[in-house]
Amino acid sequence: MTTTSPAIVPNFGSENSDRKLAIICSKGNLDMAYPGLILANAALGEGVETLIFFTFWGFDMITKSRMNDLQFSPAGNTAMHLPGSNKHLPQAMMPAPGMTAIATKMLKKQIADLDVPEIPDFLDQIVAAGGHLWACRMSADMNKLTMKDLREDVEGIINASDFIEMTEGAQLLFI
Amino acid sequence: MPVIEIAGKQINVNEEGFLTKYDEWDEEIAKVLAKQIEVEMTDAHWNIIKFLREDFKKEGETATSRRVQTVGGVPVKEQFVLFPKKPAKKMAYIAGLPKPKGCV
Repeated sequence: MTTTSPAIVPNFGSENSDRKLAIICSKGNLDMAYPGLILANAALGEGVETLIFFTFWGFDMITKSRMNDLQFSPAGNTAMHLPGSNKHLPQAMMPAPGMTAIATKMLKKQIADLDVPEIPDFLDQIVAAGGHLWACRMSADMNKLTMKDLREDVEGIINASDFIEMTEGAQLLFI
Repeated sequence: MPVIEIAGKQINVNEEGFLTKYDEWDEEIAKVLAKQIEVEMTDAHWNIIKFLREDFKKEGETATSRRVQTVGGVPVKEQFVLFPKKPAKKMAYIAGLPKPKGCV
């Protein structure tokens, strides 16, 4: 005989949660571009207001002429193993010509196999989910880039103080 | 695992209230689940719920928001309008499926 428990309704949180997350993306390597976007996407899916600030090498992720060509190099990464084993790949081989291209291709395939989108597509999804993209003033000036060089959904080029001001009370991640 | 009464039927759920048996779900139950989380069902909502049910039957796991867009054809933006704040979890709940496992 089964006993009926009282109704159980999941707690999806209050509609007006003021939780806010700020993510600073400072890296332009393909492998380091993903963590920030995965977390941003997850936060948006949890109803958390999310702002992303692209600075230094992370600027490549929103620069139209570069965003489709992020690369991954195994050089200096001692956690690289031969596929499917625990054996380390010798670091001395890593700077060899063509190694970055091979590693990039492999990583892109692994990511695509999980149905995770490429960086530009991923940012499309983040913006569609309500995420805000901001570009760093100093990085723009160093690279001589303006708003017309960036994705259309970048909301502006702002300085560090502006970003700190607009993320008051937010949790912050630097990647 | 608790058994609770939904729409006059005895239904198995987990500790959060998500249905645990695929075949115990029906549209009457979905209506009650939707009402409990303040979602007013329209054709657009049903379209997604039906996609999730079918997709789960084929794939054995709950589609993520990404998959509802790429395979189900409903843009992420629209999912957020139909199921505000937490679309992936709300859609799964109403469809009587587990929360999606994938990160993206």
